[in-house]
Amino acid sequence: MNSEQKKEIREYTINVFSENHIGLLNRLTIIFTRRKINIESLTVSESHIPGIHCFTIVINSYEDLVRKVALQIEKLVDVLKAFYYTTDQIIYQEIALYKLPTGEVTGSIGLETLIRDYGARVLEVTPEYTVIEKTGHKTETQELLEKLKKHKLLEFIRSGRVAITKPMKELTVHLEEKEMAFNYILKEDESY
Amino acid sequence: MATASKTGCTVTGSEALMLSLLEEGVDVIFGYPGGAIMPVYDALYDYRDRLRHILVRHEQGAAHAADGYARVTEKVGVCLVTSGPGATNLITGLANAMIDSVPMVCITGQVASPLLGSDAFQETDVVGISMPVTKWNAQITSAEDVPRVIARAFYLAKTGRPGPVLVDITKDAQFGETTWSYRKCTRLRSYFPYPKVKLNEIQEAARLINQSRKPLILAGHGVLISGAQDQLMELATRADIPVASTLLGLSAFPSGHRLFAGMLGMHGNFAPNVKTNECDVLIAVGLRFDDRITGRLESYARQAKIIHIDIDPAEINKNVPVTLSVVADAREALSTLLSYVKENRHTGWIDTFGSFRTEEEETVIRPNRKPVNGQIKMDEVVHRVSEMTQGEAVVVTDVGQHQMVAARYYMFQRPGSFVTSGGLGTMGFGLPASIGAKIGRPDRDVVLFVGDGGFQMTIQELGTITQSKVPVKIILLNNQFLGMVRQWQDMFFRKRYSFTELQNPDFVNVANAYGIHAERCIIREDLDEKLDRLLASDDSSFLEVMVEPEHNVFPMIPTGESVSNVRLE
Repeated sequence: MNSEQKKEIREYTINVFSENHIGLLNRLTIIFTRRKINIESLTVSESHIPGIHCFTIVINSYEDLVRKVALQIEKLVDVLKAFYYTTDQIIYQEIALYKLPTGEVTGSIGLETLIRDYGARVLEVTPEYTVIEKTGHKTETQELLEKLKKHKLLEFIRSGRVAITKPMKELTVHLEEKEMAFNYILKEDESY
Repeated sequence: MATASKTGCTVTGSEALMLSLLEEGVDVIFGYPGGAIMPVYDALYDYRDRLRHILVRHEQGAAHAADGYARVTEKVGVCLVTSGPGATNLITGLANAMIDSVPMVCITGQVASPLLGSDAFQETDVVGISMPVTKWNAQITSAEDVPRVIARAFYLAKTGRPGPVLVDITKDAQFGETTWSYRKCTRLRSYFPYPKVKLNEIQEAARLINQSRKPLILAGHGVLISGAQDQLMELATRADIPVASTLLGLSAFPSGHRLFAGMLGMHGNFAPNVKTNECDVLIAVGLRFDDRITGRLESYARQAKIIHIDIDPAEINKNVPVTLSVVADAREALSTLLSYVKENRHTGWIDTFGSFRTEEEETVIRPNRKPVNGQIKMDEVVHRVSEMTQGEAVVVTDVGQHQMVAARYYMFQRPGSFVTSGGLGTMGFGLPASIGAKIGRPDRDVVLFVGDGGFQMTIQELGTITQSKVPVKIILLNNQFLGMVRQWQDMFFRKRYSFTELQNPDFVNVANAYGIHAERCIIREDLDEKLDRLLASDDSSFLEVMVEPEHNVFPMIPTGESVSNVRLE
């Protein structure tokens, strides 16, 4: 890596696989706070391996710093593995929900086309309000947001990122490799 | 098993804690009772013949004592304190142990679980507060969890890169009952303490070392933690490589050895600092390239191929970009490395250290180590103690000028002989740490060097020394200043002595009031006799030496400057 790349601020997605223990999120955020890195988005959920949770954290930073942060995250006792990716290495989505007055939806010309064009769908319609859902990248959900703002938007919420990596190696393979690379047997003189 | 006879019996959470500590081989606890830990103290009353409890005077003292104990015994230091202020008072000690990788298990009492989060009396979120300064922590809210969590705590404190662990136990968990059984923790799914040595990396390291013409070894704390001093000696002597040491690596290599180049860093020796920027291969073992070692990073060892051996992958390329990293236990890495490193001679290279050594000797060491007139200097006190104890004592220090002087002038003969607060620079560490060190190694002389500033931060632990009969030899180097800060004010702040002058009590009277034999030394002619008396005493003993008030410690690398720019005056 040359020094130019080191200095370039880019968007990185960090995936952390961990035990589901109380307080781990706190330990994780401390690592970002200490280095004054702002977390752009954060999503946590159980992975496909029972008991193992996945944190998806989006930050803007330098590669050198992201690498150090990922290593410090991986050092946490309850963390199995931390990966970091640039945006082109992952497939990712965010989900956004928009609430509009139903009168506005039915009354305004072009809104239906707009919803259709953006691939959004209607989740719920009541006499008072209508909720629309759009899944995509932030730029897309943001674009729709800007358009819907002109239609008396009542509420808006966007989720954190969920991401799947393009490399084919599975987490379990990583973990097996990691296991292989470590000695578990207590050393003879480990008298404590 | 230490507690096999109890297996299957119903015990309280408090008794389970006692039994768990016995299972982990604990024989000393440093603690202070209080409301939320009373059930545990009640259980301890029945186990006091097997678990020696040292009653400190402040919880910070308990943490530092456990720290000092752990550093000299290679065992885990154990603290026991109450909730709220008892727990928060531990924090400095935890931070100190965390940054210096010292294994500790600290047990804190907590309010009963139904009261958690309700701002109950003496409730504090110690799990939250201690998170950045512990390797791991946990809260126990039920008696049945005690053995499992304590087993995990000891496993994590001691293995891999060691560190402090905190376990918070609610009062209802202490009172509650469980069926006793114990199983040691030997692995965790998410924790990988011992990276396997990769043979190709070792071979590459050996190749670099064998080809090197100007190699230099930097020995850090990791050498002592992993017990790699024999391997270090073998590597250095076989390949004829000079060994420089970090502050915490001191005593891993004998100070008087012909290959010992001295201490690195801000107040380290002249030669190893300069030679860091002249060597062709730098072999860093068990250290983390702290800024006090490297000075200005942009001009640190740029010419050298750097081999970094450390157990913690997060330390690799953190501060200094390296040529080759070996993520492994230092002893294992060095043992494997020895199979590939050839006999070598670097006489020419080693000779180049001589002129720097001579220059430092003439400019700094000789005038300070054996001055003939003027007030007593810290340097000569340490030098005399080193001679009198033949380098065999365990030296404990506080933080500041006297610490650097002790590190520079004590001639260590045995590994594990230097106990000091490195990364955190914790004033107040010395006195309680010396108590822990003496309790851990009653067979060795423990000498504490402490300044008049740091001494007053934990001075109340004199009470612990008296009550628990801990025969520590205390040498107070009194310059009536916060000396290191004053030195910086002198050098970098136009001598504006902003609040660094101390008006001190009569320390001899203070020590006497605690029932400790105490003397004061003002003139050089009395020094030997008074040191003799101090060191010969079977009991704890105290000597205050009035030293030159405005003496500066050299060599010095000013903050932000290159190691090449180390100044001798």
